[in-house]
Amino acid sequence: MQMFRIDKSHKLKIGLAEMLKGGVIMDVTTPDQAKIGEDAGAVAVMALERIPADIRAQGGVARMSNPSMIRAIMDAVTIPVMAKCRIGHFAEAQVLQAIGVDFIDESEVLTPADERYHVDKWAFRVPFVCGCRDLGEACRRIAEGAAMIRTKGEAGTGNIIEAVRHMREVQTGIRGIKRLGPEELIIRAKEMGVPVDQLVYIQKRGKLPVPNFAAGGVATPADASLMMQLGAESIFVGSGIFKSEDPEARAKAIVMATTNYDNPDIVAKASEGLQSAMPGLEISEIPESQIMQDRGW
Amino acid sequence: MMKPVGVLALQGDFARHMDSLKRLRCPRKLIRWPEDLETCAGLILPGGESTTFVNLLGKTGLKKAICDFAEKSPVMGTCAGLIILAGEIVNDNMETLGLIDIRVERNAYGRQVDSFTDTVHVPMFEDKPVFEGVFIRAPRIHAYGGDVMSLGRHGQDVVMARNRRILVCTFHPELTSDTRVHRYFVEEMAGKTDS
Repeated sequence: MQMFRIDKSHKLKIGLAEMLKGGVIMDVTTPDQAKIGEDAGAVAVMALERIPADIRAQGGVARMSNPSMIRAIMDAVTIPVMAKCRIGHFAEAQVLQAIGVDFIDESEVLTPADERYHVDKWAFRVPFVCGCRDLGEACRRIAEGAAMIRTKGEAGTGNIIEAVRHMREVQTGIRGIKRLGPEELIIRAKEMGVPVDQLVYIQKRGKLPVPNFAAGGVATPADASLMMQLGAESIFVGSGIFKSEDPEARAKAIVMATTNYDNPDIVAKASEGLQSAMPGLEISEIPESQIMQDRGW
Repeated sequence: MMKPVGVLALQGDFARHMDSLKRLRCPRKLIRWPEDLETCAGLILPGGESTTFVNLLGKTGLKKAICDFAEKSPVMGTCAGLIILAGEIVNDNMETLGLIDIRVERNAYGRQVDSFTDTVHVPMFEDKPVFEGVFIRAPRIHAYGGDVMSLGRHGQDVVMARNRRILVCTFHPELTSDTRVHRYFVEEMAGKTDS
């Protein structure tokens, strides 16, 4: 455990996150899908055995993917490969680091292994990304050593509403910190359950000390544009690509829309000719026990 | 007033290059389309994913535009930007711009767990000839042509080099607060074009 500081090791971790900015990170389950993602312009792929929509449909305990499956994907592409460990499952994270994955996602999409603690991410050389629903959750994960934050959204739904809520919560939270006086920061940190040095950083710079990406529900080029305009610095697409009718074309279109998120003509052009997006789920129809975003605290 | 230096903003750490230029009080602009280049005094290709760059350079028409631009104006590339500018990639058949005669190996030091920071020697920075080299999944220059001049070394490796109009680094000066590499590009290369 350490105070938040950008030492040499953390500079390398955040550095890789910087390289992934303005790009699309795609969930893939096979080397072939990974190649499709890379050829479409993905900046990284997330190797996992089941994409969130299937985890949702099939139920059961969702765990770290088999190392041989992750290795096969690492061998298939030259872009960075990410993989997920369960919340708090530091032994899974150790295995992922031993295999040599480039980024670990301590993810609520998998079944949590610890109902109280997340992984001490400072103990690793490999960078971590963690999900959040608001600024407090983001700061706690950064305090644990996360080098990248993403919104949780609600994975596997193809429904953007939760990702929007979480990104707006983070941005509103940042604006709220900027308005506080120095004496107010201490109490705010206490209320939020976060280290005060992070709030000092946020107040000074107006942003999180690590890159802030969006995940959980992106299914269309316009979804990607929306999240980028709301302040996301890159986009994770989970089920949205390989649960659609036209993965290759959709992957390319989402990449184009992410790069040119503030140019509606390009987003329109990227969206033309696509077939159906993934069907998607209404959040209120998901049983409470299957809501993934409430995992992690 | 100097014309702006463009930073290719298709993907990657372009914001960090913009920060470096801002520290130098250099006029700057983001480049996403060929026409954005028209008013620029120079161009920086940032770090990022080179496969993504190649893909988007082709789709946007920037590939030809950058080659045309480089006939008269200077271009700098760091890490993935260097790969895009290189003449030859030894372990990949990607279509690079071929604007500097270097043979480059992608991800030459390994994966992210092998990324490192170490001191780079840059003799032309006479007052303090060292620079913090941040190497992230970095490429390695295996060989370079007669018109290419080595400017910086890490051990035996050439990690910073230039020819007449192209400046390349395998490391990331934009991830440090040291602006000397950017200053060199802006003052000695972009500031001295006749166009």
